[in-house]
Amino acid sequence: MKEADNKNIFGFWVYIMTDCVLFAGLFATYAVLHNNTFGGLTGSQLFSLPNVLVETLALLTSSFTCGLGILSARRNHKKKVLFWFGMTFLLGLVFLSLELTEFRHLVITGNSWRRSGFLSSFFTLVGTHGLHITVGLSWMAIMMLKIWQAGLTRANVRKLTMLSLFWHFLDIIWIFIFTIVYLLGAVGV
Amino acid sequence: MSKSNVVVSEHETNEATLRAYVSGFVASLVLTLTAYLLVVNHKLTHRLLIAAIVALALTQFLVQLVFFLHLGRETRPRWKLAVFLFMIMVILILVFGSLWIMNNLNYRMTPEQINNYMNSQAGL
Repeated sequence: MKEADNKNIFGFWVYIMTDCVLFAGLFATYAVLHNNTFGGLTGSQLFSLPNVLVETLALLTSSFTCGLGILSARRNHKKKVLFWFGMTFLLGLVFLSLELTEFRHLVITGNSWRRSGFLSSFFTLVGTHGLHITVGLSWMAIMMLKIWQAGLTRANVRKLTMLSLFWHFLDIIWIFIFTIVYLLGAVGV
Repeated sequence: MSKSNVVVSEHETNEATLRAYVSGFVASLVLTLTAYLLVVNHKLTHRLLIAAIVALALTQFLVQLVFFLHLGRETRPRWKLAVFLFMIMVILILVFGSLWIMNNLNYRMTPEQINNYMNSQAGL
C-alpha cells in the first residue's frame, strides 16, 4: 500500500465519520419522537424480535466475511476474495430482504410512515440504513465484477479496502438500531 | 531490511489480523445473543435491564471498532483516531443536546399552550 492510497483511505474515513453525524441526527429524532404514536401501536407491539435477531446475525456475519475477504486480498488470492465477498453480498441480500419484508408488513397493516411521528422517525432511521446497505451491495457487485475481470490491481485493492470500511461501519450503525429501536423498544423506555 | 524479512513480518500481521477478525466476530455474537436473551427472558428489573442492554451495545461498539476497523492500530500521528474522537464529541452534543432541549420544551408547555400554538400556525 502506497502513501497515496493511505491518503485516499483516510479521506474515505473522514466521509464515514460525517455519515455517523447524519445518523446521530436521525437517532436524536427517533429518541425525541419514539413515544409519539398518535394512538397507534407502539414498537413493542409492532416489531418481531426473532426476525430482527436473524437480520442482525446476517449482517454481523457479513461483516466478518468481508474482513476475511480483505485478508485474502492482502494475500493476493483472487478466488478467495471473490468467494468471501460473494458470501458478504448474499448475507447482505438476506438482511435487506428481511428488512423490506418487515417494512412491507408494517405498511400493509396500516402502520406506514404516515401513521405517527414515531413511525415517521422509525422509517427514516432504519430506511436510511437500508439505503446505505443497498448502495454498499451495488458497490460490492461492481467491485467483484472488476476484480473478476482485471484481478487484484492496486486500485482495486484500495477500493475494496474502502468498501470494507463502509461495510463494517454499517454493521456498527446497526448495533445501535438493534439496541435502541428494537431491544429498548421491546423493553419500553 | 532484506526481502524475506518483509515477507515474514507481512505474514505475521496477516495472522494477527485474522485472529482479530475471529475474536471480534465471536465476541460480537456473544454480546448480541446475551442482549437478546436478556430482553426475551425478562429476568432483570426494568432499570437493570436497560442498563445491561446499553452496556452490552457500547461494549460491542468498542469490540468492532478495535477488531474490525482496527482503530488505534495506526502509527503516529493518529489522524483517524483524532477525527473519530471529534465525531464522537459532535454526536454527543447533537443527541444529548436535542433530548435536553426537547424534554425541556415538553416540560414547560401545557397541552393548552401547544394547542394554541398549533392553531396560530395553522394558516402557514
